Amino acid sequence: MYEKDLQEFEPVIGLETHVELGTASKMFCGCATEFGAEPNTHTCPVCLGLPGALPVVNEKAIESTIRIGLALHCDIATWCRFARKNYFYPDMPKNFQTSQYDEPLCTDGYLDVDVEGSVVRVPIERVHLEEDTGKTLHVGGSTGRIHGATHSLVDYNRAGIPLVEIVTKPVVGTGQQAAAVAKAYVTELRDVLRGLDVSDIRMEQGSMRCDVNTSLNRPGEPWGTRTETKNVNSLRSVERAVRSEVERQAVLLRSGGRITQETRHFHEDSGTTSPGRSKEEATDYRYFPEPDLVPIAPDPDWVGALKAVLPEAPSVRRKQLLAQLGLSDLDAQAMVNAGVLDLVLATTEAGAPAAEARNWWLGSLAQAANTQGVEASELAITPAQVARVVELVAAGDLTAGLAKQVVDGVLAGEGSPDEVIGSRGLAVVKDEGALTEAVEAALAADPEAAEKVRGGKVQAVGALVGRVMKQTRGQADAAAVRALLLEKLGVSDS
Amino acid sequence: MTDLTRLTAVETREAITSGQASAVEVAQAHLDRIAAVDDRVHAFLHVDAEGALAQAKRVDAGEVTGPLAGVPLALKDVMTMAGVPTTCGSRILEGWRPPYDATVTARLKAAGVVILGKTNMDEFAMGSSTEHSAYGPTHNPWDLDRIPGGSGGGSSAALASYQAPLAIGTDTGGSIRQPASVTGTVGVKPTYGAVSRYGLVAFSSSLDQAGPCARTVLDAALLHEVIAGHDPCDSTSIPAPVPPVVEAARNASVEGLRVGVVKELQGDGYEPGVTARFEEAVALLQSQGAIVSEVSCPHFGYALPAYYLIAPSEASSNLARFDGVRYGLRVGDDGDRSLEEVMALTRARGFGAEVKRRIILGTYALSSGYYDAYYGQAQKVRTLISRDFQAAWSRVDVLVAPTCPTVAFPLGAKLEDPLAMYKQDICSIPANLYGGPAASFPAGLSEGLPVGFQVMAPTLRDDLLYRVGGALEKVLPPAIPPLSWES
Repeated sequence: MYEKDLQEFEPVIGLETHVELGTASKMFCGCATEFGAEPNTHTCPVCLGLPGALPVVNEKAIESTIRIGLALHCDIATWCRFARKNYFYPDMPKNFQTSQYDEPLCTDGYLDVDVEGSVVRVPIERVHLEEDTGKTLHVGGSTGRIHGATHSLVDYNRAGIPLVEIVTKPVVGTGQQAAAVAKAYVTELRDVLRGLDVSDIRMEQGSMRCDVNTSLNRPGEPWGTRTETKNVNSLRSVERAVRSEVERQAVLLRSGGRITQETRHFHEDSGTTSPGRSKEEATDYRYFPEPDLVPIAPDPDWVGALKAVLPEAPSVRRKQLLAQLGLSDLDAQAMVNAGVLDLVLATTEAGAPAAEARNWWLGSLAQAANTQGVEASELAITPAQVARVVELVAAGDLTAGLAKQVVDGVLAGEGSPDEVIGSRGLAVVKDEGALTEAVEAALAADPEAAEKVRGGKVQAVGALVGRVMKQTRGQADAAAVRALLLEKLGVSDS
Repeated sequence: MTDLTRLTAVETREAITSGQASAVEVAQAHLDRIAAVDDRVHAFLHVDAEGALAQAKRVDAGEVTGPLAGVPLALKDVMTMAGVPTTCGSRILEGWRPPYDATVTARLKAAGVVILGKTNMDEFAMGSSTEHSAYGPTHNPWDLDRIPGGSGGGSSAALASYQAPLAIGTDTGGSIRQPASVTGTVGVKPTYGAVSRYGLVAFSSSLDQAGPCARTVLDAALLHEVIAGHDPCDSTSIPAPVPPVVEAARNASVEGLRVGVVKELQGDGYEPGVTARFEEAVALLQSQGAIVSEVSCPHFGYALPAYYLIAPSEASSNLARFDGVRYGLRVGDDGDRSLEEVMALTRARGFGAEVKRRIILGTYALSSGYYDAYYGQAQKVRTLISRDFQAAWSRVDVLVAPTCPTVAFPLGAKLEDPLAMYKQDICSIPANLYGGPAASFPAGLSEGLPVGFQVMAPTLRDDLLYRVGGALEKVLPPAIPPLSWES
């Protein structure tokens, strides 16, 4: 349906991305920004908006915003101001949000994204800085939404955390790729921001949130009325939200209906959107320059210095890695997506072959991170330790199974790989005598299997290998055990 | 024995250091005075006897020293003080006890100043008579049937009725100077950004400025020195040294000082008695060596309308936080009403008529489609007024004018006529829009009531105000209220 819709209509998409900066303190006060603390413990008169309290700008947040603007090829303002966005909502302590309006810090840039092998340039309208709001929890209803709730609780820990808003210009001419471009843009943006180390970017924790604008028009006609789908909080959802809106709007337009300019909510479960507040009755935000703050005038020399030390764009880095290690583009993309690119690189620098490093970080380590709900970089194992495990396997000191156990031990905080091997007694059994003894015992314990193997059913040796491995508590090399068993039984492994 | 409440701040400190009286005795004398007369004056909304005596004991124990250690002070109720009620004269903050000290409060405490309590004011500092307080009006000690000025009428009345030798006011359009004018006291609005606004509950952020109030010029200067200075908690605070205000108050020479009389702030609408006292004061300055000339400030006539767009606009945003969700009054939260209804009911009940009027004005002025015509245009006028000041400074060192066109008017006289009330500040508003320092000094009486003389100076030249004020004080008889109602 989506493909057919986009043969008939031309899509225009736009993305507004909010990113919580990873500064140690909030935008206008000294409170900590750490996620997951007890409600209302990271608050003070300023971020609670108590009468008389005044904001003071966090310079680190200004710096991060400028670096984001530079990475997105934006012009950096030489003079700009914060503005007040006035509206009443209980999670906003002052009932206005200190934001930027017509004088953003960064304007007019772009981000090149790779979509199905070709480069699409997404134009950036602006990058500005504002404060985040608190969080409201509606209690008593079945849906967690305000309707049906008996009361609401507000947590102001998030109120005042610096929030960067990155707004694209309308992206036209994407055709069938509209949804893919949207996803690729948010993915690339996330990687750029990670590369800048300005945010931890946990979409699932809400530290990066997207609003997706979509409209359709027939070829040759003016742009259609757009809808804004709010709080789309995963890469996959960005793509689904565009698809869903394209399909919904196409049905409406085809039947002669009109698109209402409105905000819509995205539902993760169904992948569809439903109407929120209508823009036609939207609040007049009564923006005006924030009189409690002085204008910001970034020194051009300082901006130049920040520009000079920007990290390479992820796309450039990816290509370098590719060439260096002989990994495929798909591999590189997968590593970026899993947040293990740097870890793989560091592991290869510590001596491991690229393929092994890739397999560890994309395999069991990515899985471990997922299970623990942390980033791979937060696991209790270092790239050097992974390289050591790879080295031990290559030397025949560990089997694949033992290596996994060693890594589990390191992840469990039992020490370095060598310490885990020592404490868990995981070294490969190289004592031929002990091994022969175990083989004899296995043959004696299961003469039936031994007979089958002798009779030509070589696969029956598996049961005997299992017995030997059990007796040696997994410390034998399974391949060597198999060869030894076959030799004893006088069968050659064809 | 000396009546401790009649002493100036300087004399009070001398009495304490000489052992003539302890700080506790001084504090107790003022608390007794409050108990004796404030039922009639109603200067205080809250008296913190316990805190005052505790601070006085610290002074007596030698824990704090300094020129104002042990001197009592009345704090306008717009300034936060940890644990002490702060209402801003509004119902909506009834019962709120801030968890933190304003920077001004903290500096006063550190200087050993004994804070007696919180003084009455027009609700959120919006008014010129203190009649807009939700807790009832304050009465002018010169005539209890008259207004003490506003918004800081509690502070000025406390000084004039000897309930405190020092007070803190805040001035957005004249709220320090006009009350000083009508009570015969000294009130100084320092340069915008000279005194921290941290903990000053905002009315209009770009105009609000806290300052010293006292019965003498030197006392005001000493207080100025304690509360002024850069504060990293206020982004608009100026990182510059405090001008030599105390030295200026002591020397008080106007020899060779170029004094400009503002042409636009005289004539029709000014009471003859006010004009007469003003002209006499100018002559007195001239006789002490000042060089007097008339200076035209052509845009001052637009100051009042510009002010009544800018200040309400900022106020409409600043006062949005009072919604009953986090602190203060909450109305209608019966479990059935929606959040919006509870917010609306709280604000409907919690705010008085004048505050609502200004919130509506400001909301309208900032609305989409009207912003340029109102708020935007007013900002341009503000720039023009600043240019008038800049042009004046090329010719004179200070500008002078009456502080207020009238003497204290009877309570209730202008309550039904907001425009007439707004015109009380016609002479004081230009300095707020410009941001420079301005002060009101006593200039004698008209029909038995005080007249104020206003001095305006370039930004960060607050010292010039004290030179002029001190020079007048030397030659004018002191303004002593008869307090006939006491007997």
